[in-house]
Amino acid sequence: MPAVTQTREAVEKLGQSSYKWGFETDIEMDMAPKGLNEDIIRLISSRKEEPEWMLEWRLAAYKTWQAMTEPKWAKVTYPPIDYQDAHYYAAPRKKPGPKSLDEVDPELLRTYEKLGIPLHEQAMLAGVEVPEGERMPVAVDAVFDSVSVATTFRKTLEEAGVIFCPISEAVREHPDLVRRYLGTVVPAGDNFYSALNSAVFTDGSFVYVPKGVRCPMELSTYFRINAKNTGQFERTLIVVEEGASVSYLEGCTAPMRDENQLHAAVVELVAMDDASIKYSTVQNWYPGDENGRGGIYNFVTKRGICRGARSKISWTQVETGSAVTWKYPSCILQGEGSVGEFYSVAVTNNRQQADTGTKMIHLGRNTRSTIIAKTISAGHSDSTYRGLVRVQPKASGARNFTQCDSLLIGDQCGAHTVPYIESRNMNARIEHEATTSKISEDQLFYCRQRGLSEEDAVGLIVNGFCRDVLKELPMEFAVEAQKLLQISLEGSVG
Amino acid sequence: MSQFLEISGLCAQIDADGQDKQILRGVDLSIPPGEVHVIMGPNGSGKSTLSYVLAGREEYVVTAGSATFHGQDLLAMEPEERAAAGLFLAFQSPIELPGVNNANFLRTAVNAVRRARGQEELDAVAFLKMAREAAKALSMAPDMLKRNVNVGFSGGEKKRNEVLQMTLLQPTFAILDETDSGLDVDALRIVAEGVNRLRAPTFSALVITHHQKLLDYLVPDRIHVMARGRIILSGGPELARQIDQEGYTKFLAEVA
Repeated sequence: MPAVTQTREAVEKLGQSSYKWGFETDIEMDMAPKGLNEDIIRLISSRKEEPEWMLEWRLAAYKTWQAMTEPKWAKVTYPPIDYQDAHYYAAPRKKPGPKSLDEVDPELLRTYEKLGIPLHEQAMLAGVEVPEGERMPVAVDAVFDSVSVATTFRKTLEEAGVIFCPISEAVREHPDLVRRYLGTVVPAGDNFYSALNSAVFTDGSFVYVPKGVRCPMELSTYFRINAKNTGQFERTLIVVEEGASVSYLEGCTAPMRDENQLHAAVVELVAMDDASIKYSTVQNWYPGDENGRGGIYNFVTKRGICRGARSKISWTQVETGSAVTWKYPSCILQGEGSVGEFYSVAVTNNRQQADTGTKMIHLGRNTRSTIIAKTISAGHSDSTYRGLVRVQPKASGARNFTQCDSLLIGDQCGAHTVPYIESRNMNARIEHEATTSKISEDQLFYCRQRGLSEEDAVGLIVNGFCRDVLKELPMEFAVEAQKLLQISLEGSVG
Repeated sequence: MSQFLEISGLCAQIDADGQDKQILRGVDLSIPPGEVHVIMGPNGSGKSTLSYVLAGREEYVVTAGSATFHGQDLLAMEPEERAAAGLFLAFQSPIELPGVNNANFLRTAVNAVRRARGQEELDAVAFLKMAREAAKALSMAPDMLKRNVNVGFSGGEKKRNEVLQMTLLQPTFAILDETDSGLDVDALRIVAEGVNRLRAPTFSALVITHHQKLLDYLVPDRIHVMARGRIILSGGPELARQIDQEGYTKFLAEVA
């Protein structure tokens, strides 16, 4: 069948896009020696000027981790990871925090530029105020390797009573809050990677929104791995008090490398009565080359708890990067009438593997959850949706709706849907819908007859397929996500 | 000087369950600029295949013959190049594009061909104004621009949407593959008027139909009868009326 063959060849060719954002910044690094032991953990803790309780927490997590083994149930394969063959701490050479753009390392600014962080946001990194009446401000807490080098919009947030700062700073300056919530949603011993993260996490964000406050801006963190062989262990904790709300954006790109890089983040969300948290991710870690060399291992534990009545946690993710993804942003629906949402687009190409999904744990009465998962596989990639919906005996009136759609491009890739449904309450209502489709020759031809190139046609159809998820993203992110989908599947122009 | 559209000895086949199936067996047809030609013929005679081959559908393999458009070798061009050159195919069964906003799709398409034709691209405001006017002229509900391309459209809405696309893409040569099928009398008239608005000395059309009704509104210049992959008979508008009354059997018997 010449047409099918040609389409496949064309799409495969498109698929071999070189990673557009593969570059490396040359900034002097302060790096711990390779390996992991108690001394390294003590070093991390002392570099972070942490209180004693934090060090003890880390050491306890390390002990837990030593007794654990890597989970093997996900549908992914990769060579064994030598956890002693990595650096667990790297920081740009210490300078006082930047007061203006002139004080920011020009190398760093150039990195931001390449990342496409708009100029005014770069300015925000140095705390330059945006004139009145301009667009909705975005606060950026830029994570450059393991240390947050700049934090913005502190002042506006402070006036609203919102705390948004690097977690290491929160450990020092808001120890009571951190101590009260850290590890309560994802305990250190939850899984192998959360234990590792708890022992060695170096940075991440802390957000606290007090009672009744709507966070006046969207909070945003750009993640970036930059040092050779440095595992990145982000730790994010977001606590939203009664009647308060926040929208948090997380996006990342990474430079091109041959060595595999381990990324094991932990994100914990806590929502009290009537609180709402919207957590959006655009993930574009380096996926490896077309033969599967290099690329990030992304083993992430993200979980939120709707502790209060009528609280709401909404996860939206667009996952296009990483060689191997293991990630299940989840909601524990404890408060009566609380709501959990998971909207996901996962794109795999070449030799990428993704095993991702969510867990919705219904504990409280009349809790509701929605899962919309869109999976796109191209090249020789393999993508799995793995999701758990569990209704506990007390969760009368619980409802779940799940929709899993897979789109295949070419005939060398795989898509798998593994739903786990456990209902222990007769009153629960659980719906699951799933479809698998291919981009049809009819659709491609129809678009091309109207004048669209094959690349644009694929982009249009894929973006249409993902629309239900993309529309959940904040406006600015949605545009970036659409571009990412195009790049991930079609190859960058030029 | 070469004709506007010149098809000569065109043969094409398709792979059907691993076997080559010959469908076009030597089509000869030339359409001068400014004319509307009609192809009629029994089911399976190759009418739709001819439209697909002209538009560049890759499943159909051309084994012999030629097709030129404005003197260019049509068969050597990609489907999107043919669209940019001015060829438009109104599909017999328009394709659904789930999640793709109709207005966005139309604008992407219009700007793609404008770019290829060296014209300035339209911004969202200018485009929407143009699209709304065109939709109104076709008696389309305004929300059809907001809906997903052909998803949940009735048969009649899909056909009107095809004519809307044709109007906006401003082709010089349009193939309408049974655009009248499944339309009630009013819709038929609206669609025909949509085509008539495009008529100009530089615009030609090839209309595939089974029904005389559409031709009452369109007033064609030439009628061709297709059977077993060839044009077996051509004539003036009266030929269509004759077929409408007498059927194909007589004509098929004559060439058998």
